Amino acid sequence: MSNGSVVISVEDLHKRYRLGTLDAGTIGDELSAWLARARGKGDPRAPIGEEQRVGDHFWALRGVNFQVNEGEVVGLIGRNGAGKSTLLKLLSRITTPTAGRLRMRGHVASLLEVGTGFHPELTGRENIYLNGAIMGMRRAEIARKLDEIVAFSGIEHHIDTPIKRYSTGMKVRLGFAVAAHLEPQILLVDEVLAVGDVAFQRKSMGRMRSVADSGRTVIFVSHNMFSVQSLCSRAIWLDQGRIRQDGPVAEVVRDHLAEHAVRTVERTWSMQDAPGTADLRLVGVRVKGSGGQDVFRTTDELVVELELQNLTIVDEDLNIQLIVHTENDVVAFVSDMTEVLGTALWHVGPNKVSCTIPPHLLNDGEHRLSLLFQRRANRHFREDHVLRFEVLEGPRRGAWFQKWVGAVRPKLRWQR
Amino acid sequence: MDEQHQERWDVVVGEPRPWWHIEVREIWRYRDLLWLLVRRDLLAIYKQSLLGPLWQVLQPVLTAVAFAVVFGWLGRMADKGVPPVLFYLSAIVPWTFFANVVNRTSQTLIWNAALMTKVYFPRILSPLATTLSTAFSFLVQLAAFAALAVGYHATTDFAWHLDSGILMLPVLIALLTILAFGAGVLVSALTTRFRDLGFLLGFAIQLLMYVSPVIFPLDSLPPASGLRRVLEVNPMTPLIEGFRAALLGGGMDVPALWYPLLFACILLAVGTITFHRVQRSFADVI
Repeated sequence: MSNGSVVISVEDLHKRYRLGTLDAGTIGDELSAWLARARGKGDPRAPIGEEQRVGDHFWALRGVNFQVNEGEVVGLIGRNGAGKSTLLKLLSRITTPTAGRLRMRGHVASLLEVGTGFHPELTGRENIYLNGAIMGMRRAEIARKLDEIVAFSGIEHHIDTPIKRYSTGMKVRLGFAVAAHLEPQILLVDEVLAVGDVAFQRKSMGRMRSVADSGRTVIFVSHNMFSVQSLCSRAIWLDQGRIRQDGPVAEVVRDHLAEHAVRTVERTWSMQDAPGTADLRLVGVRVKGSGGQDVFRTTDELVVELELQNLTIVDEDLNIQLIVHTENDVVAFVSDMTEVLGTALWHVGPNKVSCTIPPHLLNDGEHRLSLLFQRRANRHFREDHVLRFEVLEGPRRGAWFQKWVGAVRPKLRWQR
Repeated sequence: MDEQHQERWDVVVGEPRPWWHIEVREIWRYRDLLWLLVRRDLLAIYKQSLLGPLWQVLQPVLTAVAFAVVFGWLGRMADKGVPPVLFYLSAIVPWTFFANVVNRTSQTLIWNAALMTKVYFPRILSPLATTLSTAFSFLVQLAAFAALAVGYHATTDFAWHLDSGILMLPVLIALLTILAFGAGVLVSALTTRFRDLGFLLGFAIQLLMYVSPVIFPLDSLPPASGLRRVLEVNPMTPLIEGFRAALLGGGMDVPALWYPLLFACILLAVGTITFHRVQRSFADVI
């Protein structure tokens, strides 16, 4: 597929953003910032160290190098803030690099959203021309493809109606119809493009696959390893503004996932360091799959095991609560031990207790676990974020590749 | 052979190159988009209401009528038997164009922020399109002026006699457009950093009108007066006087146009260079 000619060349690319209030941009702000600098408060453009954050600047990219050959389909992966979106913005020329060089050959189209530049007062037809031109199509080219675009959108009857009367779905369809008829040599796609209903997603993924199969170069940014693996031949893993790994998609995705797996899934403490109080200590906590594995999927059953040292003689008032947080520190749920076990006697010395999280409850993504210990319904002590682990997407049905929305993702019983 | 092929890049970012080289080529490449942006602006104005197009014409005419009433009551300033409405309108039409271009281009990047953060195109297209669509309204208003002048000619004893000055009209329009575009582009580059500039700007343009010959002709002021000296510093003064001479007949001071020409060229250069420097990081700021 690839004939070896380089179509994208990225050399030592750096991008710095300013943080904080300086962006607010009033003359007053600017004056006070200037005064602060004039008084010798240090140059914010300090040289790049190992830190991504330097003063009020943030280095989103720090020295990225790669080349892409014609016909390659490359997935950009990495966690939030790794620099994927920044790199995509630089490639699409929405913003310019702070340092480094970027060269591309051929017509580049970027799909960061569909329907860019739609004007509500204009008709569907007028918006096709406008949006097409914004995406870099020539007027003659749009005119030639107009019938096809209109047919693809499936809104022939309303094509001369101002789009302020369109539903959101119609606007998305129209926008995608234009995007689907772009014929760039290089296509840059953000996964946020994949909005809309399942049918629309299937259409857009199908279209991307056919673009990729037709020998064009595609750069695809995604969080979803499954869609990256199914579309791309090569993956570039960005981590804190640098390339961590670049190679065949299977290898890079495997290593990327492996890193997530070695998060804190187990912790033990000696009696001296163990969190707790004079009469109760937490000496060990771990989470594992019911099959013993330490890579978790949404379809797995997980077991959380606690090891406690009870230093008092008899204790029947103790309660433990398991608190599960999702990525944004949203509490997904809390599980209460005594609700299930009732009050029971704890013998002096080591005690073990475990809690099973059923399959199809956690959503995919990073989770954190906190523990709350109570005596007589009062807080005894609390250990926040004691474990961190990643839950990966299980096999999915259909063509929905987006992040599944929600703090949890239960599989509920449906009847008809 | 293959080496040569390797060196032919369509997009190069991060390499110093003469800015005008890139800019001119890019504008040409995106000329279809420029035209569609102009069209979008016009359709948006003229579609929104029935009064849209009418308002474009009524606004300067009503302003001229108001000036004629107010200043007529204060003391007659129009001269040579020209109907006051025509006298004021001949200056208000070019002035409105200037004010609208500066005001609108200064906001154009913020209006188009949604575009700028999602897709690439030569950023200068945005103020350029605004200027061109405003120029369209200006031409409509000039036509309205002509219609009104013919009306006066037919119904009153006012004789609308044009002289060779009318031939200078394209030059005057070009000068006015360059001046307005240069100022607008400079301000639009600055407003991405200083949002509050927009409020100041409207006020500044209002003030500028009072030190231009929109309301009273330059020769109505005593030669050595302070006000006259202020007016002579204003590059809009020879232009407004020129428009009035071209549209109403009566000696045009062509050599006086050197000053606005020089001013327009400097403003255009400073404006586009500033814009070019700032445009790199628009998307990060807006």
